Amino acid sequence: MSDELTCKELVELVTSYLENALSAEERARVEAHLATCDGCDRYVEQMRQTIESLGALRETDLSPEAQTKLLAAFRHWRGSQQNA
Amino acid sequence: MTRERLYCFDQTGEGRTASLSFFIRARIENKSSLFYNRHVTSPPPAFELSSTEKAQLDGLRRGDEAVFKQLVAAYHPAMVRIAQMFVDDRGIAEEVAQEAWLGFLRGLERFEGRSSIKTWLFTIVANLAKTRGKRAKRSLPFSFFENYDRDTDEPAVSAERFRGADDAYPLHWASAPAAWKSDPVRQALGGELKTYLEAAVAALPEQQRMVLTLRDIQGWSADEVCNALGIAETNQRVLLHRARSKVRRALEEYLT
Repeated sequence: MSDELTCKELVELVTSYLENALSAEERARVEAHLATCDGCDRYVEQMRQTIESLGALRETDLSPEAQTKLLAAFRHWRGSQQNA
Repeated sequence: MTRERLYCFDQTGEGRTASLSFFIRARIENKSSLFYNRHVTSPPPAFELSSTEKAQLDGLRRGDEAVFKQLVAAYHPAMVRIAQMFVDDRGIAEEVAQEAWLGFLRGLERFEGRSSIKTWLFTIVANLAKTRGKRAKRSLPFSFFENYDRDTDEPAVSAERFRGADDAYPLHWASAPAAWKSDPVRQALGGELKTYLEAAVAALPEQQRMVLTLRDIQGWSADEVCNALGIAETNQRVLLHRARSKVRRALEEYLT
C-alpha cells in the first residue's frame, strides 16, 4: 500500500493539520492529498469556516445593567472594607 | 493530588459532579497554581504575577473603581460564557458570573497571586456554575477526568460518506461535501444561524463543549486550555477535533 492518504484518513487529520501538530512528513502527505482532492479541499475550508463562525459567538459586550450592578457591589464591598 | 484520588468520587453521578469542584477548590486551598496541573503529580512551578496585575491588585485593595471597571470589561463577558458551559439558562449564567465577582472581592485580601487574576476569576465562576448546574440538571454526569479513550470510535465524518476499502478509489469520498449556500462567517454575526450554532455547541458532549468553547469561542490557546482544565495536549486536540467535526456537520445540514 502506498503512503497516499485516503479521504477517510484525511478528515481525521484536519485538526492536527490546522493546529500545526503534524510532523513535516505527515503535513506533506496531507498537502499532497489536498492538492488533488476537491472534496477534501472543500472539507478543510469548511472546517476553517466553522472555526471562524464559532469565533463570532464570542461575547465581548458588557450589558450596562451588569456593569451597574457590579459597580454597586464593588462600592458596597469597599464600604465594608473601610468599616472593618 | 493524583487522579487516583479523584476516581474515588466516581461511584455515582453525584460523586462525579463533586469531583471537579473538589479538585479545583482543593488546589485553591493549597494555594497551588492552576497552571501546569496536567502534570498532576509534580509540584507546580512558582507563578509570578505580572507587574500590571500586581498594580491592578493594589488598586483594587485601595478601592480604585477604575481598576475594577477595567477588569469587569475585560473578563465579565468571558465569565458569563464559562458559566454557560454548566448552566443552560443565560440569565442564570449572568447571575453566576456576578456572584463570582463578589467571591473574588471577598477573597481579595487572601489572594496571594499564585495564579493570574484571570485564572482566579475563571476558577471561581466555573465552581459556582458547576454547583448551580448540578441543581438545574442533576442527572448530568460530570466526567471531565474520565478517559476519553472510552469512545475512540467516533469518526469525524460518518463511514457511509466514503467508498469501500475495495473500491477503485478506496475510502475516498462517495458523497463529498457539497458547497455551502452561503458563508456562515458573515451570517454568524447575528440572527438565525447564530442561534443554530449556539444550539449545536450546547448539544456537544460536555468535555468537547468545554474545550471547543474555550478554544474557538473564547479564543484561548491550546496551552491555556490544557492548563486550565488539567488535560494533556493530545487529549485536548482529540476533544477539539470531535467537537469541531460535529459543528461542521451541523453547519453542513443547515447550509446545504
